[in-house]
Amino acid sequence: MAVAEPPVVHTHELSRRFGPVVAVDRISLDVAAGSVFGLLGPNGAGKTTTIKMLTTLLRPSSGRATVAGIDVEARPAAVRAVIGYVPQLISADPQVTGYENLWVFARLYQIPRAEREARIREALAFMGLTAYGDRLVREYSGGMIRRLEIAQAMLHRPRVLFMDEPTVGLDPIARDAVWEQIDRLRQQFGTSIVLTTHYMEEADRLCERVAIMHRGRIAACDTPERLKRSLDRDDASLEDVFTHYAGEEVELGGGYRETSRVRRVASRLE
Amino acid sequence: MADTAKPRASDASQAASSEPRPAPDRWRAVVRPLSRTWALVGYEIRKLRHDPSELLLRAVQPALWLVVFGEVIARLHVISTGPLPYLAFLAPGILAQSVLFISIFYGIASIRERELGIIYKFLVSPASRISLVVGKALSASVRGISQAVIVFALAAALGVSLNLDPLAILGVFAIVILGSALFATLSMIIASLVRTQERFLGIGQLLTMPLFFASNAIYPISDMPGWLAPVARANPLTYEVDALRGWMVLPATNELPAGVDLGILLLATVVLILIEARLYPRMAE
Repeated sequence: MAVAEPPVVHTHELSRRFGPVVAVDRISLDVAAGSVFGLLGPNGAGKTTTIKMLTTLLRPSSGRATVAGIDVEARPAAVRAVIGYVPQLISADPQVTGYENLWVFARLYQIPRAEREARIREALAFMGLTAYGDRLVREYSGGMIRRLEIAQAMLHRPRVLFMDEPTVGLDPIARDAVWEQIDRLRQQFGTSIVLTTHYMEEADRLCERVAIMHRGRIAACDTPERLKRSLDRDDASLEDVFTHYAGEEVELGGGYRETSRVRRVASRLE
Repeated sequence: MADTAKPRASDASQAASSEPRPAPDRWRAVVRPLSRTWALVGYEIRKLRHDPSELLLRAVQPALWLVVFGEVIARLHVISTGPLPYLAFLAPGILAQSVLFISIFYGIASIRERELGIIYKFLVSPASRISLVVGKALSASVRGISQAVIVFALAAALGVSLNLDPLAILGVFAIVILGSALFATLSMIIASLVRTQERFLGIGQLLTMPLFFASNAIYPISDMPGWLAPVARANPLTYEVDALRGWMVLPATNELPAGVDLGILLLATVVLILIEARLYPRMAE
């Protein structure tokens, strides 16, 4: 094997409590540079809380995390400069055009004026949105909105891209398109990607390694292949793996808040 | 709850200082936050260009206050406004009021951006919290300026004698920009604390009328009952109106030098911005 690069994301006993509720419970994991890593689990498993801590939106209650070698608690601003983030909620602004959505972030990320226009056009082209750049996002389809968001998160060429449920609410065709873009992002830019999902199929298709999260803890963490093999059954799917490690069926119900949030996303994607 | 409210100590100052950047960068340390703030203002202008209907609808209320309320009270001669006709006394008050009403609900935009998920991306960008908050506050000022132009035109049409000295007009704009930023920041503080539309609207409504009536906007402080005058003097809107009476209409009837009013407004705005820079990240939790 080649000399191992240091992990691009590293957590040690990372925890987050909300009052008496422990949302994330002492998780320790490493994400290899250039890989796609999946946090897999049902709603309420602690995936989004984990992503929020890694993206500096939420302070850990205890434990440590580094992104690109930078401590998220000690130097949050430095972490923000090297990451991209596609939140679970649909976060493109419907009131302005696709171009303008990218423009404001190009400026917040201080992409030099001389490159700005070219970079935005390039990002639109990469995501297949060239023809729609000057249309209001209100008129976009769900798949187009997601692609625009990925384009925005990639504008400043982040080292790590965090995606929270990137395909929730998308129809299968739009979902396949997003998957293809994720593949191309890695090939072209070598971006490391951390994504959360509750779709087993998605984890299987995209991720080199997955951590199965259940009630704030990591129940298992390995390649999808090895996780499946560990079950001692020839036809095991990731679903079976989840059931095995979490000790129960994948239940997509979630609480009231989660459900209404997912519905809201889905309705915006219609 | 105590846990989630933990303030992000030194976060705002860190954002400006800990980014990796090349050597001679004192200049950049100043320019970067300003350019980010300006980006948010540009973004607001683009939004308004796509849909200016709100700005025009907002012109209805000040028009009613000036044309209906103003004309009726002027005939009654019940409010002592010294050398100033009542309409000229009222015009700066109504300008301040329309700026207040547009700003005090500005926090709803933060809540909307939270519900849409946009705020998460702002907070994950390397922009410091202060430059984000100042950018949002000045975005509200863009709306405030559009109100100022409308009220100015209305007042001129009603025959109010306006001060057209370019410096005085600049002064009016400065007051409007500061006044909008001040109340918009107050509004964002409330939004950061309550975080839902329902609770926000309740509190916004609760604040608007007391802020307006406990000020010198439609009657002078000297006509107020003894218990109300000190409240009005603690109300930032009073200083906004006072400065406008100095710069917007002739003859000037401001109580304090308009520069002092401006200083008080600036100080209050800075304090509120520092508070909101601490609270704003709560919107992403």
